[in-house]
Order: sequence, then structure tokens, then C-alpha cells
Amino acid sequence: MTARDPSLPDPFDRLNGRIVAEHRPWPRIEVQTDAWAKAADRLSRGALTLLGLWGESHVVHMAVADTNDPSLILVLSLTCPEGRYPSVGRVHPPAIRLERAVADLFALVPVGPPDMRPWLDHGKWGVHAPLAAQQNDAQPAEEYGFLPVDGEDIHQLPVGPVHAGIIEPGHFRISADGETVVRLEERLGYTHKGVEALLQGADLQRAARLASRCSGDSTVAYGLAFAHAVEAALGWSPPTRAVRLRALMAELERLANHLGDVGAICNDGGFAIMLAHCSVLRESVLRQAAACFGHRLMMDRVVPGGVTTDLDAAGSARIVGLTGDIRRRFQRLIDLYDKTASLQDRTVGTGVLKPALAAQFGAGGYIGRASGRLCDARRWPGYAPYDELEFEIPVLQEGDVNARLWIRVREVEQSIRLIEQILVTLPDGPIRTENAIDPANPPAEGMAIVEGFRGDILAWVRIDAAGRIERCHLRDPSWFQWPLLEAAIEGNIVADFPICNKSFNCSYSGHDL
Amino acid sequence: MRRTLFESFTRRPFTEKLAAPADPEIARMAAELDVKARRRLGRGLSLRLVDAGSCNACELELNALSNPYYDLERFGLRFVASPRHADVLLVTGPVTKNMREALLRTYDAMPAPKWVVAVGDCAACGGLYAGSYACERGAAAVLPVDLRIAGCPPSPTQLLEGLLALVAS
Ligand code: SF4
Repeated sequence: MTARDPSLPDPFDRLNGRIVAEHRPWPRIEVQTDAWAKAADRLSRGALTLLGLWGESHVVHMAVADTNDPSLILVLSLTCPEGRYPSVGRVHPPAIRLERAVADLFALVPVGPPDMRPWLDHGKWGVHAPLAAQQNDAQPAEEYGFLPVDGEDIHQLPVGPVHAGIIEPGHFRISADGETVVRLEERLGYTHKGVEALLQGADLQRAARLASRCSGDSTVAYGLAFAHAVEAALGWSPPTRAVRLRALMAELERLANHLGDVGAICNDGGFAIMLAHCSVLRESVLRQAAACFGHRLMMDRVVPGGVTTDLDAAGSARIVGLTGDIRRRFQRLIDLYDKTASLQDRTVGTGVLKPALAAQFGAGGYIGRASGRLCDARRWPGYAPYDELEFEIPVLQEGDVNARLWIRVREVEQSIRLIEQILVTLPDGPIRTENAIDPANPPAEGMAIVEGFRGDILAWVRIDAAGRIERCHLRDPSWFQWPLLEAAIEGNIVADFPICNKSFNCSYSGHDL
Repeated sequence: MRRTLFESFTRRPFTEKLAAPADPEIARMAAELDVKARRRLGRGLSLRLVDAGSCNACELELNALSNPYYDLERFGLRFVASPRHADVLLVTGPVTKNMREALLRTYDAMPAPKWVVAVGDCAACGGLYAGSYACERGAAAVLPVDLRIAGCPPSPTQLLEGLLALVAS
């Protein structure tokens, strides 16, 4: 997987177009419809993996990676003056919801997709396609047409958008035959805040704050993805100490989230003691984060150019104490999970996601890795400082709730290992470079992929000559995970929906933007 | 399992006394809590959360209130699943237009008397999202708000102080 096998056909062969000089670090090309369609075809055959598909007035962009070497990345851009472009979703289902979102926001219409229903637009904004070249009046809201389900004795359970617990809003339409789920249909978009419109014209500081709040549980990862993209565009390089501190915060975030998830999954299996103990561990991470960096979730600590808060010697000592403590106490809890047959009865074989589907959707994070996908943006495409640190990427084949839990457990161990390495090799020096924006600069474009706790986050920016955001797109890992929950739940009992959902733990806010 | 359970008997509890609040006013209100909560509401105050478009960080901190350190229920405060059982509606997020109706319906489903608390800067005033085509300007744009708890997100301690203040008001 690290170096591509030369005997395999080149998936980028004859994808020709005009190279856009200002795009870094991977190439972006302006293509005609034939190259666009060719890329769609290679996606459908699995030679390429879809990383993202987003719009701009009159242009659609699509980022793809070589499936055999995900470090090879290409962005294709297709100008569509008539507002129409060949649908990728027609041949490659992972693109369908992305295309629906592009249609809602930019009035760019895919030709020939299997599903044309609106996605983020629920008919409540008072405007249609708010980011389109011309302003459009709102269209009268139509009743959302859920997919029909036929069959004797099928009943439907509509759940949400307001749920029973303290969780985000979304609607689930469960069709069941007795106890068994025959179809789950998701409807999302409830938390759509118009982030991409707010980003347009924002200065870098405000834009970084907005980006860091796409999904609050991944605030460090989003801050990092945005910073990487801006730094790629402007040619900035943050100081080494900042790079290390960023990784430290990112791993603390991963640790806190995984600890919380392990507890919550077990709680949904009716085993509350794990939740209590894991939430104590999670809380201890957040408290040390607050003591070291001044914010429990470390929001707004990663910014373009570096980080805003330094770590002193006392802080390092605190984190060393924290990791030692977690290492000791977490192992006990994992033994408890491992020895409780009644709990594993709920997790083993539940909510199975087949490896083929995970690969087709390019699902990242614990969802992809629990279904046989060797992927991790820290290594492919990779970024500093992970090239200098040792860590393993756990992969399992089973794809059930149990596998997704074990991937998290292994990643907790790896994050602790990474944190300890970062602390012993933390160099002295500045934590931020103040680079002036040269007003003579032409617009610059940058892209980044960063591994959040949930999976790979893609950030793409174009910065104008005044140093403001002209266009920014942020793609949450959940885009390629939410649809898979629909597949994984099929054939399970209705009562297992919460535990399956928790084991996926997709982001609503990151997806809805 | 046995070891973990047994340890719970011998170890000091995680639950912390709420540190004397920075604001003496809040300390006084907390002291009155027991009396007032009982008089007004019987045995406690039931909370129902609606995420009206938050970034989910406010939810993380609300969830933390139930961990053993903060143990919300010892104050007679608890989260309930149904709005019909709730006295207080907690709102997070700037109130997206897509969530407006669900939020209003939840509020309407609650029996009177009822209170509304805007949790976090977004719900308090729209936060960073004020002026977006997709958002209202916080909870007060659609509901009568009784209390605002500022912060992005407010820490569990700030949340506790705010909620205790509500009971005392
Ligand atoms: S107040 Fe801050 S933490 Fe809370 S929802 Fe808004 S942006 Fe997120």
C-alpha cells in the first residue's frame, strides 16, 4: 500500500486538463466532461477513491485518490456554464449525497443521478441555492419523499430530529418487519448553519474559528486541517515546536473521544459501569487539556502559522502523569469488557459493515479500519510530525460493533504512545510564525487531509489577494460513513439501533455544516 | 468485575464538592436550592435538551455533567427523555431554520410552568453564526429565554452554576 505496484494500471492515465498553478500541494486540473466522466467510471470500478465533491458558482470540484496508493491525489474541476454536469453518483453511490448538497447550495445540477431529492435544504431558508452565482427565490417546500417500503406487516418508526438523549438532531425512518429492521433511511441537514457562506469573505482569524467549530468534538483536527490548507496555499511553514504541539493536542483529542465512545457504546449495551469509569478517564484528559492549554477541548489553539498556547514544563509533567494513569486504569476496564460475555453478546456480530462497502465508500477512521481498510491520513498522505513518530494502525476484518470498539481501544494505546514520544522529543523554539500577507499575491489555493478521531477531514481553501477566504470547503469523514450505517443496521433488531449508531458515532454538525 | 466494584467501596468517591463559586451570589443561591426546589417543584428539576444546530461541543459538556465528578443528579437536577416530563428546556446552537419547528414543538409539548435556558454563546446570541441565511439569532429569537449561560462551550462548572442560579431565581 505504501508504494504503488507498477504492474497496476495508472488510474490517472489520460485524465488530462489544464493544470492550475496556484493549487498546492496536490495538483488541480480543469477538465472537460470526458475526463470527468472517465474519473467517475474509475471511481465506480474501485481504481480511484472519492475524497470529496464540492461546488462553487459555475464549477464543480472532485478530489480523488489512487486506491492502491492513497498518497496520490488529484482534484478535477469542471466548469458548467449551464449549471449542469454529468453525475458521478449515477455510477458511484458515495457521491450521491454530496451531489444533492451541491445542488441545494449552488444550483449546480447533476445529470442522471438516481436521487434528486434535496438534502440540506428543507425549504426553510427563505432562499434557494444561497451560494449560487445568482440569488434565487425560495422554492415552495415540498413534503420530503421518503423511499417507499412495500410488504406485508412492515411498520415504520420515525425517530427524531429531537432524540431522547443529549445528542445531535437527525431523522431516522426505520422500517421494520416485527423486530427486524428491513430499511433505515436517514434524513440529515437539521444542523445546517451555512458555514460555507459565512466563510466566504472572512479573514483568516474568523475563518479559523468557524472551521474549528464544524464538529466540536473534532475541533483540534478541524483547526489543523484548516491551518494545513492555508499554510499550503500561502507557503507558510509553522515552527517545529508548533507542529509537535499540534500533534500532542490532536492525540489528546483522539484519546478523550475514544474513551468517551468506549464507555457510551457499552452503556448502550446496558453496561453502565463502563460509562462511569470511562467518563472519569475522559474527564481527566479534558481537565489536563484545560490546565495545559487553557481550554478543555483545546478550541482555537491550532491556527494558521502555528499554535496560540505553549506548553510549559509543569504542563509536560501533567500529561506524563495523565498518560501513565490512563494506561493503568484503562487496561482494567478493557479486561472487564473482554470478560463480560453478556455485554459481548450485544456487540459481537451486531451491525456488520462489509469490507467491500467500506472500501467502496472510502470510509475512514475506526469504521473503515474495523472493516478491513488500512487507512489513516496521518500516514497516507501523511503529514508532520507523524513521519518521525512510531505508531501502528490497527485493522480488523469483522466490521461489527465489537470490532469498532476494539479499534478504538487499540488507538487509545497508540495515542498514548504518540503522546509520550512527542513529549520526549519536544524541541524548544517559537510556537507561531507571523507571516505577512503580500497584497501583490495572486489568489492561492491549498488543500489538506487530516486524521481526526472519526476519520479523514478534507479542507480546501482559496485565498484572495487581500488574504481573505474566497472559498473554503470542509468535508467531514461522516459523509462517507452515514450512508454505511443504513447498510450495517439492515437485518438487525430495532433495539440494536442505538448501539450500532453509537459505534459509528457520525457527526451531524460536521456533515450538515 | 468484582475487583472494580469492590474498589468503589474502598476508594474515595470521584464526585467533587462544587468548589465555592467565584461569585458569592451563586454560593448563596446554591444554599437556598434545596428549600426552593422542593417548594416549587417537588423533588427536583427535570431538564430536556434540544440541540438546535450546535457544533456538538456544548452537548459534550452537558453530557459531562452526568459523569461521576459532577454528578448532576445530587442537586435534584436530571435529564429526561420526554418534553412532557420536563420543567426546563435547554437549548444549544444558534437555532438553525431547519430545527426551528422541532424546537417550538418540543417547547409546546412541555407542561407549564416551564423555563428556557440558552446554553452557550450560539444559543445566547447566535454566536459566530449570527446573520447566516440558515440561522436565527439564538434561542431568544424564537422562545422566551429565562437564563443565558455564556461560553463556547460553557464548562460543566459554569453549567452547574447557571442551572443552580435558575432554581434560586
Ligand atoms: S457555543 Fe460554541 S461550543 Fe456551543 S454550539 Fe456554539 S460554537 Fe459550539
